[in-house]
Amino acid sequence: MLLIKCPYCGQRPETEFKCGGEAHIARPEDPSALNDEAWADFLYTRSSIKGVLAERWMHSHGCQRWFNALRNTHSDAFLITYEMGKPRPAVDENGELK
Amino acid sequence: MVESNIIRRPVLAGRSALGSSITMTVAAPATRFILRLDPASASAVGSAGGFDVSGPINSVRGSNGKLAVRLGPNEWFLIVEDGEGAALEAAIAASLGDRFHALVDVSHRNTAVLLSGENVVDVLNAGCPIDLSDAAFAPGSATRTILGKSEIVLIRPASGDGWRVECWRSFAPYVFEFLTEASR
Ligand SMILES: [Zn+2]
Repeated sequence: MLLIKCPYCGQRPETEFKCGGEAHIARPEDPSALNDEAWADFLYTRSSIKGVLAERWMHSHGCQRWFNALRNTHSDAFLITYEMGKPRPAVDENGELK
Repeated sequence: MVESNIIRRPVLAGRSALGSSITMTVAAPATRFILRLDPASASAVGSAGGFDVSGPINSVRGSNGKLAVRLGPNEWFLIVEDGEGAALEAAIAASLGDRFHALVDVSHRNTAVLLSGENVVDVLNAGCPIDLSDAAFAPGSATRTILGKSEIVLIRPASGDGWRVECWRSFAPYVFEFLTEASR
């Protein structure tokens, strides 16, 4: 079974986790100032890349905390997990942590 | 005046099972709380209403009488013998003073199965994928996890050789049957 490292609990089986989609998507400061297209873009447009993607994950059958993870969407390898609010770790052109 | 005639019917009342080198009994009804508290406040007070809240994440503190399970950075699951609810609520609130917290009585949400015997880990691992060896999950460890298709809170108190499996009341027949099957 794939193990995911919860920043609070350590290595735990993947069946305890839920994925919450792409991370680091900031809610617009003033939503009413946006036109429909820009609002739809915030709500629905995601990068859907093949490679390293920052995602939100939740340890739902564990400590129930949200955290962020860098995951390679091609190999399903987790590069690193980090607490909410921390900046996204840098990755080089080969998809490895710098 | 309305007279209440309510009979308490615990979900697994009277059940027990004996597998190979494992004994399963249903825990007596208990008073349970979920306490949400800032980690800084928890380390400042150390204990709340007699519950030791100083343990790290995924640990259990206290004796069998008064267990404090730390489920996450700011979440504790408190378990004590049935019938102490109202007094304890006041005691916990008093020891926390004006520190911001939330205390919710979940006594009737859960039920628990007590396991003992040398095959406990094998039986639990039939449905729980975490490493339960002494090195990884020593006495004094506890965590929320899964057993088969059900969420459980697995508690291994520091004293004694017993384990406690807490689950939601509606999942209890499934959890009990799962453990019984696994112990054959
Ligand atoms: Zn966790």
